[in-house]
Amino acid sequence: MTSTLTPVLTDDWDAERSWTLATYESRGGYSAMRKALEMNPDDIITAVKDSGLRGRGGAGFPTGMKWSFIPQDNPKPKYLVVNADESEPGTCKDIPLMMATPHTLVEGVIISSYAIRANHAFIYIRGEVLHVIRRVQAAVREAYAAGHLGKNIHGSGYDLDVVVHAGAGAYICGEETALLEGLEGRRGQPRLRPPFPAVAGLYASPTVINNVESIASVPSIIGMGADWFASMGTEKSKGFGIFSLSGHVQRPGQYEAPLGITLRELIDLAGGIREGHELKFWTPGGSSTPLLTAEHLDVPLDFEAVGAAGSMLGTRALQIFDETTCVVRAVLRWTEFYKHESCGKCTPCREGTWWLVQTLNRLENGQGSESDLELLLDQCDNILGRAFCALGDGATSPISSSIQYFRDEYLAHLQHGGCPFDPMASTVFAAEGATA
Amino acid sequence: MSQTSDKTSDKTPQTTEDLVNVTIDGIQVSVPKDTLVIRAAEQVGVQIPRFCDHPLLAPVGACRQCLVEVPDAGNGRGFPKPQASCTLPVAEGMVVNTQATSPVADKAQQGIMEFLLINHPLDCPVCDKGGECPLQNQAMTNGRGESRFAGAGGVKRTFPKPINISAQVLLDRERCVLCARCTRFSEQIAGDPFIELLERGALQQVAIYEKEPFETSFSRNTIQICPVGALTSAEYRFRSRPFDLVSSPAIAEHDACGSAIRVDHRRGKVMRRLSGNDPEVNEEWITDKDRFAFHYADQPDRLTYPQVRDEDGALRPASWTEAFAVAARGLQQAGSAAVLTGGRLTTEDAFAYSTFARVSLGTNDIDFRSRPLSAEEAEFLAAHVVLTGPDNGGVTYADLETAKTVVLVGFEPEDEAGAIFLRLRKAARRGTRVLSIAPFSSRGLQKMYGTLIPTAPGDEPAALDSLLGHADHGIDATSVVLVGERLATVPGGLSAAAALARKSGARLAWVPRRAGDRGAVEAGCLPHLLPGGRPVADPAARVDAAASWGVDSVPETVGRDGDAIVAALAAGEIGGLVIGGVDPADTADPEATRAAIAAAGFVVALELRETEVTRAADVVFPVAPVSDKSGTFVNWEGRVRSWEAVLSNPGSLPDLRVLAGVSEELAALGQGSPIGFRTVAEARAAMAEMGPWDGERPAMGDHPRAAAADGVRLATWKQMLDNGSMQDGDKHLAATARPAVARVSAAMYDALGPTVTVTGDRGSMTLPAEIAEDIVDGVVWVPANSTGRGVLCDLASPGTPVSVKGGTQ
Repeated sequence: MTSTLTPVLTDDWDAERSWTLATYESRGGYSAMRKALEMNPDDIITAVKDSGLRGRGGAGFPTGMKWSFIPQDNPKPKYLVVNADESEPGTCKDIPLMMATPHTLVEGVIISSYAIRANHAFIYIRGEVLHVIRRVQAAVREAYAAGHLGKNIHGSGYDLDVVVHAGAGAYICGEETALLEGLEGRRGQPRLRPPFPAVAGLYASPTVINNVESIASVPSIIGMGADWFASMGTEKSKGFGIFSLSGHVQRPGQYEAPLGITLRELIDLAGGIREGHELKFWTPGGSSTPLLTAEHLDVPLDFEAVGAAGSMLGTRALQIFDETTCVVRAVLRWTEFYKHESCGKCTPCREGTWWLVQTLNRLENGQGSESDLELLLDQCDNILGRAFCALGDGATSPISSSIQYFRDEYLAHLQHGGCPFDPMASTVFAAEGATA
Repeated sequence: MSQTSDKTSDKTPQTTEDLVNVTIDGIQVSVPKDTLVIRAAEQVGVQIPRFCDHPLLAPVGACRQCLVEVPDAGNGRGFPKPQASCTLPVAEGMVVNTQATSPVADKAQQGIMEFLLINHPLDCPVCDKGGECPLQNQAMTNGRGESRFAGAGGVKRTFPKPINISAQVLLDRERCVLCARCTRFSEQIAGDPFIELLERGALQQVAIYEKEPFETSFSRNTIQICPVGALTSAEYRFRSRPFDLVSSPAIAEHDACGSAIRVDHRRGKVMRRLSGNDPEVNEEWITDKDRFAFHYADQPDRLTYPQVRDEDGALRPASWTEAFAVAARGLQQAGSAAVLTGGRLTTEDAFAYSTFARVSLGTNDIDFRSRPLSAEEAEFLAAHVVLTGPDNGGVTYADLETAKTVVLVGFEPEDEAGAIFLRLRKAARRGTRVLSIAPFSSRGLQKMYGTLIPTAPGDEPAALDSLLGHADHGIDATSVVLVGERLATVPGGLSAAAALARKSGARLAWVPRRAGDRGAVEAGCLPHLLPGGRPVADPAARVDAAASWGVDSVPETVGRDGDAIVAALAAGEIGGLVIGGVDPADTADPEATRAAIAAAGFVVALELRETEVTRAADVVFPVAPVSDKSGTFVNWEGRVRSWEAVLSNPGSLPDLRVLAGVSEELAALGQGSPIGFRTVAEARAAMAEMGPWDGERPAMGDHPRAAAADGVRLATWKQMLDNGSMQDGDKHLAATARPAVARVSAAMYDALGPTVTVTGDRGSMTLPAEIAEDIVDGVVWVPANSTGRGVLCDLASPGTPVSVKGGTQ
């Protein structure tokens, strides 16, 4: 295991006008595409399989295996869809990546589409980030002008069109089948599976849906080799990833490092916790992953170890909270988010989040009794694994994990008749010396 | 009567390879492959609670109420979490534990039920669904008694109470559990996705696009399948409680589909009608007309006592016995008499009219076709329609689903036979090709994913010919041709359809518009057919019928058809007329029919409500509506659809009882014999005794075709909801009728503007024009009975050209 940073995707972020084609090509961009277009598509799939790349959107499904599920004997067109609907609270990796070096994504799209024999690719970008949409649109335009996209790319005989699609502001559309519904012009609600997208996805055709970071990692795998990629990371979680640190650290931001790095190392890289404070709790992969605490500082941040610690690696969105933060308040805010974003399709998520907010609200205000904690846990039990998609599961994670680690803090609200914390103390404009 | 003994059932028993063995709650059961767990559980007697699941809708897995535990998915591994049994197909060796045996499944279901109830209002005491509510029932079986939500001071989501989503359908959004049955029905079954879910989270709600209200011919099926009281009808809202209602099965009387319905009544009054569940016929769907059009029977103009015309020329009330005697005396004195019947008759009543004509009046002058008709049609009915049925190879609903191609000619299923429309749409979604020989693609055809064979009215024979050997259309033995009754007005049309079937091997079926028509064919309400398809021209058939009736002989000569009866009455060749269920406005020449009734020496009318016919009659007998009597409709398939009286109303007698009374008085006067039965049961026994004709079926000759006429050709048919008298009495239903418009080509629209006046040999109609994109040049379509007195009275005689010019309203 290494503790040094491995900037690959983020390597060009500090370059002058990093988002332009000229800058990207001057630093070796699109050479992997040229190499790939001379390869057999199956060899690309094999290379991605060999690299051990696992989906960077949170679930960690092996990318090469996903590609190999596309039935190549199906006469329907194949599609590549890039999930750029990054909306998870705390997650901020795809949007900076597309902002800084959109061509990394475009090159990845070309190679991946070629591998799965898709002639149409869609990049579904969260609608709220207009500046990013414009960046990616401009990059696609530049790629067309340079002959990287369109008909008969560089004489290879391979055609590819890329559509940049703006979402309409729904967290649920990050769920891949809801995304497909949205892309087809319908309401964003998850679809029944099977059939799985690999068999009948976009327009009922075989479809690969990958996260931005997964696709953006493909050029480096083709360029540098699967072995190079697999030399990083841990045994079952290969390669590097962007770790987004936010909250109470000195230098929040994106830190690209091999999987398996620990939070302790990352906090060191980020200059430590806010001056004069200490770590209280953190999310390893956005608000949908159960909270961890200071006792988990040395958990290797890979899929297996975080899972063993009772949470999920998710999107490596490390939200860091110090001791000034009221966990009940933080959890309530997250729960309000899930209530607002529940699509309404299934009962447990739709009604459950409606109720969870009310129960948490009472607890934050010091109303209710200790039995309300059991009620809250029972509601979570009735949602977790009962909802149609993972949104409902995610909504329960912060609640049940926070009660697991901070039951006393909930009870303190009841004893105190309200929140015992000074909400100002956790803000960036907190007065010097403000404490819990 | 259309039954025969040789059964040609093509049902093959399930082979063992098609069966999958699963263990549910410890009980082994074998079910067909692809069965969903929720339905497999029903086989072992376990009802898993559910809301979004409906057997005729695609699985969605939205409500999550049906969660079960699956410790073994058939591959030795179980699912870690409870699974929705409505989306999970069985697998060999699968083990399922439902709420009956699994605490996990039980808790999961209780949890979902609790969630469903947190935002559900506690207005069951005033809710129409209360007492027959799946939510109420399942909350009792699978929910907790006390609300933890209310106990903890929870705040429910509220909405303003019901909003209209159409004139007839009201939506209470608070009660909605968002199962999406209604929106899925609209999209998957009816093909009218005018309602959709909007918003998200707990604020999600069913909604309409305000410019396209929820106006479809089938929309109110959504009320029936709504598992809560969210959708209610303006008609039934707050009218009764389910536990006060008595439910009786019946058959819908508004078209020839034979749809099973359920009539809910209270203290002798019909409160509402619902769809029955008959998988072989209408599945679980009925048209809005079948559902709501029943108030015609309790209108103020309903006849309740017999009347006879007094010496001063006015009708006065009379006792039944006096009316029988007056009718018999009048008919005897009138000399020869004829019988005209209409489409509302039950088969038993039709048999009574048929018998009455032959044994009492001694004539074959009888015709049920109170609409444009032809001699060609009469031949077609004898050669290709009578006695066909599901038991002897007749086309069935199921055949529509398996046919590769279905050809429609002279037939618009969405307007004229709703259950056929829904079945064809279901078939088309699975790959059946629908071809329509029509002047333009109707919305109904589009919903059946059909292909138009553009044909001007009158050109149908040539279009039928063109299907033979047509590479694209490929009509063969896997095809079905559905012929509507309107084709009778096209010379050569029915013989061309018969020729197409003969040459291609395609199967042929005739679809009339009215519920009683097919039964009247079987019962012999035709001048050339005796009951059971016995040809009048066949001496053996006459002897057979006479023997069954217990008379010496029946009239030997083929009688007059409806048009000839009208002409003969006007000419004084016939003096008496017995008429039941006929609206002169429906006939080919309404004025001629009215004149014939006026000219008749003596008219006996049997009618439900006062009409222009009863006002002109010499004796008027009130008769029972279908709710007051047992009866039978034979549907377009030839399927016998019987029901028992829903209401018991001693003053309301079926037509056959009236005819029995008159025939007995006539016999007493020395004319003919009594018809031999006084009750529906006796009529059924007499029909069964006579049975079907087993002799040779008359063949059909070729018929000449008409040369195309000059001028604009008029296409017309009746829309499902129009000015028909059997839709009287429900203003909410009427408000959902499609407005009357004239459909014209884009060129005609551009030339004439948004309002057109169509003029024919009987008058003019001015209507808003709408463009039908693919309408054949030189054709205009108007609804047959949606404006004024209808096309036949106000516009043009059948088959004649019209002129169209720009008009103002």
